[in-house]
Amino acid sequence: MPTATFRIWRGNAGSGSFQDYDCEISEGMVVLDAVHKIQAEQANDLAVRWNCKAGKCGSCSAEINGSPRLMCMARLSQVPLDKPVTIEPMQTFPLVKDLVCDVSWNFEVKKQLKPFSPRPPDAEDGSWRVLQRDVDRVQEFRKCIECFLCQDVCHVLREHHFHDRFIGPRFLVHAAALEMHPLDSEDRVGQLRETDGIGYCNITKCCTNVCPEHITITDNAIIPLKERVVDEFYDPLRMVFRVFQK
Amino acid sequence: MSTIDVPLGKRGFGQSSRPDAWWLQPLAIFLGFSAFIVYTTWAIFQAEHYTAGPYLSPFYSPELFGPTEHSWFGPKPGWWPMWIPFSPAFLILWAPLGFRMTCYYYRGAYYKAFWADPPACAVGEPRSGYRGERSFPLIIQNVHRYFLYIALGFIVMLSYDAWKALWFSDPTTGSVEFGVGVGSIVLVVNVALLSCYAFGCHSLRHLLGGRKNVLSGSPALGKTYDCVSCLNRQHMRWAWLSLFSVGFSDLYIRLCSMGVWTDWRIL
Repeated sequence: MPTATFRIWRGNAGSGSFQDYDCEISEGMVVLDAVHKIQAEQANDLAVRWNCKAGKCGSCSAEINGSPRLMCMARLSQVPLDKPVTIEPMQTFPLVKDLVCDVSWNFEVKKQLKPFSPRPPDAEDGSWRVLQRDVDRVQEFRKCIECFLCQDVCHVLREHHFHDRFIGPRFLVHAAALEMHPLDSEDRVGQLRETDGIGYCNITKCCTNVCPEHITITDNAIIPLKERVVDEFYDPLRMVFRVFQK
Repeated sequence: MSTIDVPLGKRGFGQSSRPDAWWLQPLAIFLGFSAFIVYTTWAIFQAEHYTAGPYLSPFYSPELFGPTEHSWFGPKPGWWPMWIPFSPAFLILWAPLGFRMTCYYYRGAYYKAFWADPPACAVGEPRSGYRGERSFPLIIQNVHRYFLYIALGFIVMLSYDAWKALWFSDPTTGSVEFGVGVGSIVLVVNVALLSCYAFGCHSLRHLLGGRKNVLSGSPALGKTYDCVSCLNRQHMRWAWLSLFSVGFSDLYIRLCSMGVWTDWRIL
């Protein structure tokens, strides 16, 4: 059986280093399989978070050869094996141990966003009438599996650590899913500009590139939200128009 | 907002675990944009060889003031300061350049290629400070939709130029007849590519339906939103193709005007 070398980050928040592991590989394996094999045969104390192994739970996010990816969806046949395959934890969140980092910041951010606030029901039985045409756009955003790879690659969080003033692409997608929903009646545009820090995004599209669900984060979520912010805060003609509308 | 108390690491400039040639794309964009900027700057300062027969270079269109028959309001205006060199392109080129400079695609591309912010995805940056588009100067990028309005006017004018590029005057009789030269095709293709770029603009997509949460009640608006979205999906491609075509159109007309190239008449 052919073997490949996996260079895995070992350590905790205080210290750590890369360690090389040679591992036998076979057809159909993904990076997570190799990590499990190494964990079973060579490093029983290797910490790795995983769950579904089907690219749907978003647990096994890591950086494979420097690029944020799901380990369970990274086929070894598509990874160059002539050099050691580097596997390290996401850089944007505090490290717990080895490949596991603490992503709880994301859940705290989510709590602070304005929740879905539907208009009064359309029918007496408390239900609404919505056409598929009107929810087509937001359904793309509902594919998000919260793997936080987009948060990891976003340089505003990764390089500048603006966790206290920027919610990151994941939650801009979440805000878009709510803000563009045909039933929603909440106004999030002011919050997007002020506390969510949408102006920090400089549309480099890295989030779109790493999304395992292929959500067009930048073009379909962030830029449309930026345009809504322009409508409300930066477009003098719209401001005048709004005055006359009132 | 929630904070992270544990100090996170920061990588140095260009530091990354990526083994691929991540620098290739920003370098190609840097060279592509730089070549266009250098050529455009040179071309607009020439103030000559921008017309050839019925063709008018898109860098000089519309020619508001100038010495050629394409001029709208006559020759160089008297109020133009003597100490500033005059070129008809100075009066108009700020608008399409502003449209491209504030374009969402170009912004993301040149932040990476020219400002290394970041140099590439998951690659360390040179600076620790960052203000994004939230404050001056980049907050000015929000003016993009106003440049869009002007750019749409330019599409109309360049379409008219492309139409005029199909009508050739006979130097012996002075009569004007329909014809197609290679230059006509260059200008028609140019305006088609520019239209695909401008009509796929993110701001236009927002204005034509994107700003609304319910489109089912306005079928016409829904249709235009779908059309703009269709073009928007390839916005990067249209941005590059139109950038190349507008530069090539000027080069073609310039070389024909200088007699280096001969414009072949097809019809």
